Amino acid sequence: MPTPPAVEAISARKTYGDGQAAVVALKDVSVQIGKGEFFTLLGPSGCGKTTLLRLIAGFETPTAGQILLDGNDITADPPNLRPINTVFQNYALFPHLTVAQNVGFGLEMQGRPRREVEETAAEMLALVKLEAMANRRCSQLSGGQQQRVALARALAPRPKVLLLDEPLSALDLKLRKEMQSELKRLQTETGITFIFVTHDQEEALTMSDRIGVMSAGKILQIGSPRDIYTKPANRFVADFIGETNFLSADLSGQTLTLPGGFRIDLTPAQTKGRQGQVTVALRPEQIRPADQGLSATVTQLVYFGTDMHSHARLSDGTEVVARMQTSPSGEAALHEGQAITLGFAPEAIQVLED
Amino acid sequence: MASQAEEIAEAARVRRNWLLSAPALTVLALGALGPLMVVLIYSFLEPGDYSGVRWNFSLDGWFQIFFQRDIFDDTVGLADAHLRIFWRSVKLSLLTTLTTFVFGFPTAWFIATQPRGRRALWLFLITIPFWTNLLIRTFAIMEVIRNQGLLNSALMALGLIEQPLQIMYTDTAVLIGMTYVYLPLMVLPLYASIDRFDFTLIEAAYDLYASRWRVLRRIVLPIVKPGIIAGSILVFVPSLGAYVTPRVLGGGKNMMIGNFIDLQFGQGRNWPLGSALSMLLLLIVGAALLAYVRVSNREGPHG
Ligand SMILES: Nc1ncnc2c1ncn2[C@@H]1O[C@H](COP(=O)(O)OP(=O)(O)O)[C@@H](O)[C@H]1O
Ligand SMILES: [Mg+2]
Repeated sequence: MPTPPAVEAISARKTYGDGQAAVVALKDVSVQIGKGEFFTLLGPSGCGKTTLLRLIAGFETPTAGQILLDGNDITADPPNLRPINTVFQNYALFPHLTVAQNVGFGLEMQGRPRREVEETAAEMLALVKLEAMANRRCSQLSGGQQQRVALARALAPRPKVLLLDEPLSALDLKLRKEMQSELKRLQTETGITFIFVTHDQEEALTMSDRIGVMSAGKILQIGSPRDIYTKPANRFVADFIGETNFLSADLSGQTLTLPGGFRIDLTPAQTKGRQGQVTVALRPEQIRPADQGLSATVTQLVYFGTDMHSHARLSDGTEVVARMQTSPSGEAALHEGQAITLGFAPEAIQVLED
Repeated sequence: MASQAEEIAEAARVRRNWLLSAPALTVLALGALGPLMVVLIYSFLEPGDYSGVRWNFSLDGWFQIFFQRDIFDDTVGLADAHLRIFWRSVKLSLLTTLTTFVFGFPTAWFIATQPRGRRALWLFLITIPFWTNLLIRTFAIMEVIRNQGLLNSALMALGLIEQPLQIMYTDTAVLIGMTYVYLPLMVLPLYASIDRFDFTLIEAAYDLYASRWRVLRRIVLPIVKPGIIAGSILVFVPSLGAYVTPRVLGGGKNMMIGNFIDLQFGQGRNWPLGSALSMLLLLIVGAALLAYVRVSNREGPHG
């Protein structure tokens, strides 16, 4: 028998309020999160990420559906009976306790002996490099330090799953980068399953083993960062993650006809049996000047240092952005108004679901 | 040179500040310190024949608080009647503090968790009794608890009791009355501190394996403690000096310090004893406040 996933949501639905004012925050979400996985829920604000996390933590009960932990139904268990801990967005540190007491709180509530509580708290503080702060009040710490205390506190009881609700959004950029690698390190060292919530696609791409992209109460696509980026399933995912050009095209057999009549052959894995009018996605960095391809006119050139964004207009009026490396001399090879042919590998084309 | 000029300017500023606070200081001196001095001095004099004082120094006022001289054999014994009144006052005040907390905490919690727009209305309802005369409120309570009152009539109509419960003229009656009268003084400071309380802390503790009871004990109560202490003092202090409520609901037998002091200035014709009792009451209240300041200072920034 295969081991069950660490966390599983089965058709989890959550409706807030009732009657006219009812808000469906989650629409029958099903997802399986493996043991020891760094799983990220990514989506714009209000799409239901926090709600899903709160269902897993036990702060809310689903209107319908189930939550499983290691294959056991925990839907009806209160949070204090679930071996799942949360790192809150505002840290929620206990202001009347010291840093060490905060970190030891979970263990103390589990009824562990005092010595073990103190030792583990010290160990956890060492893990987040805050040994020196053990006897401070939380209000005396900086934002980044409070963040670490919140992490240590949630990790100390060795939960099966750690939930993190946009834990880095309150930090400035430099600190955020630092904490990103710190989080990744902690996850690898402890082997605990992390479910991480963010609306920052870059954060999701760099940290996760797998990403679930959410929109309007649904998970639209689940996959590795590479899959999500290179093979977005639909227009929302392609648009939300990275920059993309959308082109209307026509599929007949395996042959795709692009604006201006340029044709390429796709693989069956790419076309997924679709025929007729389709929308395809093409990442800007996959496009370069070539002999064969889309005929376009350069409309604007934007210099970014590392690369150059060339905006070009296709014959059907579609605006396309191509990201090209700057030449060593820094001299622009293109100029506005110039006719250009935009080439790309056939694999770069992603046929989107409607 | 510059520093000398600064010093002069500073001195002028201090003088100006004193001048500015002169009206307040005058009011304080006349309104608070003056009467206090009168009472203090009276407590060290001899009682007059019918009332008032005779201007001879005497410690009898203070002595009589604790001891009494037997009329027949002139032996000195503890004034246990006085001590009983003291004990009842302290006991009833502590109990009032406790019951107002027991009823006030859930009330304050309820208000603090209402939508913001509706809280003002609830707070207003809580303070309505303040707009009513104390005597009327006390008579209202009497209407509820007397033998033919609402409570007893209802219980008898329901067949729960055969005989009316004798609540009037007992300590229980005084306790009920004082709890009712002083409840808002507990609710308001509690509300103020619960309002500032961050409710995600409850989720955090609940998430970290604390049972609901322990969330309350270990997280909520310690954090709202300043409100609990403030409310307790606001209730305890006036309870200790209560006059109207024990008079109306407790009858003549169940006196509290306030009634006893009143007695000395009236029928008792012993102004020095009344003054000494007043000073003692003030000392007890002062001690309670001092203890509070000590505790809150220790709890403050580090402990
Ligand atoms: N307690 C609540 N009562 C009513 N509506 C809520 C509540 N919590 C969340 N919602 C609504 O549910 C939707 C999803 O919210 P949330 O899960 O917080 O999204 P996210 O975390 O992705 O920003 C939003 O439309 C939000 O307004
Ligand atoms: Mg959220």
